[in-house]
Amino acid sequence: MDELLRLLKTNARASAADLAAMLNLSEEAVRERIADYEKDGTIRGYQAIVNDDRLDLDRVQAVIEVKITPEREGGFDRIASRIGKFPEVESLFLMSGTYDLLVFLHGRTLRDIAAFVSEKLATIEGVVSTSTHFMLKTYKTNGVLMDKEPTDERLKVTP
Amino acid sequence: MNDSKLPHDALPVPSRFDIAKHLQAVPRSGIRDFFEIVGTRKDIISLSIGEPDFPTPWHIREASVYALDRGATAYTANLGLLELRREIARYTRESFGAEYDPGSEILVTVGVSEALDLALRAVLNPGDEVLYHEPCYVSYAPLVQFAHGVPVPVATSRDNGFRLDRAMLEAKLTPRTRVLMLNYPNNPTGAILAPDNTRDIAAFACEHNLLVVTDEIYSELTYDEPRCSIVAEPGMKERTIFLNGFSKAWAMTGFRVGYACAPPDLTEAMMKIHQYTMLCAPILSQKAAIEALRSGGNDLATMREAYRQRRNVLRKGLEDIGLPCVLPGGAFYAFPYIGDFGLSSQEFAVRFLEEEKVACVPGSAFGASGEGYLRCAYAADLDDIREALRRLAAFAGRL
Repeated sequence: MDELLRLLKTNARASAADLAAMLNLSEEAVRERIADYEKDGTIRGYQAIVNDDRLDLDRVQAVIEVKITPEREGGFDRIASRIGKFPEVESLFLMSGTYDLLVFLHGRTLRDIAAFVSEKLATIEGVVSTSTHFMLKTYKTNGVLMDKEPTDERLKVTP
Repeated sequence: MNDSKLPHDALPVPSRFDIAKHLQAVPRSGIRDFFEIVGTRKDIISLSIGEPDFPTPWHIREASVYALDRGATAYTANLGLLELRREIARYTRESFGAEYDPGSEILVTVGVSEALDLALRAVLNPGDEVLYHEPCYVSYAPLVQFAHGVPVPVATSRDNGFRLDRAMLEAKLTPRTRVLMLNYPNNPTGAILAPDNTRDIAAFACEHNLLVVTDEIYSELTYDEPRCSIVAEPGMKERTIFLNGFSKAWAMTGFRVGYACAPPDLTEAMMKIHQYTMLCAPILSQKAAIEALRSGGNDLATMREAYRQRRNVLRKGLEDIGLPCVLPGGAFYAFPYIGDFGLSSQEFAVRFLEEEKVACVPGSAFGASGEGYLRCAYAADLDDIREALRRLAAFAGRL
């Protein structure tokens, strides 16, 4: 992966000047490359990684395993794109193994999730079965541990 | 009255114990002096830390935890776990092109620091001279003195990129010269040796029948050119003690584990000292080291890239301030020249600390030829490096 992308993936807020110094490039070159990535769809957005558990949110998250019958034309993609359009779906993956789609979903209450599954998801033609799991606690997301690891105090000067 | 019942003040008390003369001759580490000044301060930014700021990669820590869980709490063979020595043999073959027998040519030590001590004590007779480049790691001269040898520093400077060359070595050669010590990539300058340098120095060592002790603890951290080790030069393996460890490459300083590779007779001699003084390196650290060598390739790449970026930021910042600095090709130190401000490097470092709350180690801690320089370690958070540069600019502007 381009080192520039790797850096942005760890810190999307890094300024062009800082990135330029780190990569030994000009600021202009960094800006251009980022613009190109945004334009060609390689970079799809910038988000903060928030520890929701620290917020007093009325919010429930669930993961749903979905089995579907692939269609003659369109395979899994047409159904996936239909499911993906619901704003409450946060992530959606095609999986190998015993089910086909893995849906990450959020809602305000258990009832919201249940309603989504029974009324919206299960009724889509081609969806054979669903299996819903509720998330209880987030330990790590997007490569970031939610609890800051205690770091040992390093000596201030060492040889 | 029984003698053992004598009150304390009736016991004969020696007036004082003399410290061994060769030890008295060794000065305290300059870093230690500076440490005591810094140690009392709060809220300082430290660019004076010679260890990675990353924690040891989790899979390596986990290997140690797992070993502890399984009851790995005993001594190991004096040479170290055979499994580890095999991994070291593979690693040195693949990475340095040097073939060592795990049974007789590899000794696992408590860090490269112990290995250096063993190497020197194993080969030096009183009065033997040891050539080494300066500025250099703080332990080189003292370890030579502990081994009753005579340290013969060869001054390097920014004019020659802190590299040794043959002419400089020839100038310091005497009939008593026995050993040449090398540490590239270098602490404190970040210098590395070019391939032609390495060839010249190897030829010099062969011609004058010198033993080379090469401390390659920073070998995984080179940023522009591929590393080259003197041990790979023709005829060198037989006259080289090759030292390496895990502290810098895998951020494992506290594990205290390193190794020496050398021909069997030298390994046996070092092992003699090691078995009586240290017995073996800690088993949990050896277990972690096995994991590092087996599956630590990605860690190296990630950390190396992070150091490279920090180096770029630090070097550009120093350049912008107008402090000349040789491009550090390896390790994680920049060694800018600060000799034009009319302050000694100690005064500069102390005032910089007092006025701007940034700690950098004065170059003079690394030998007389380090005077006029400042060691800035970039094994630090990027934001800290940027802030330290802002403060350095302000400080230099006032001088």
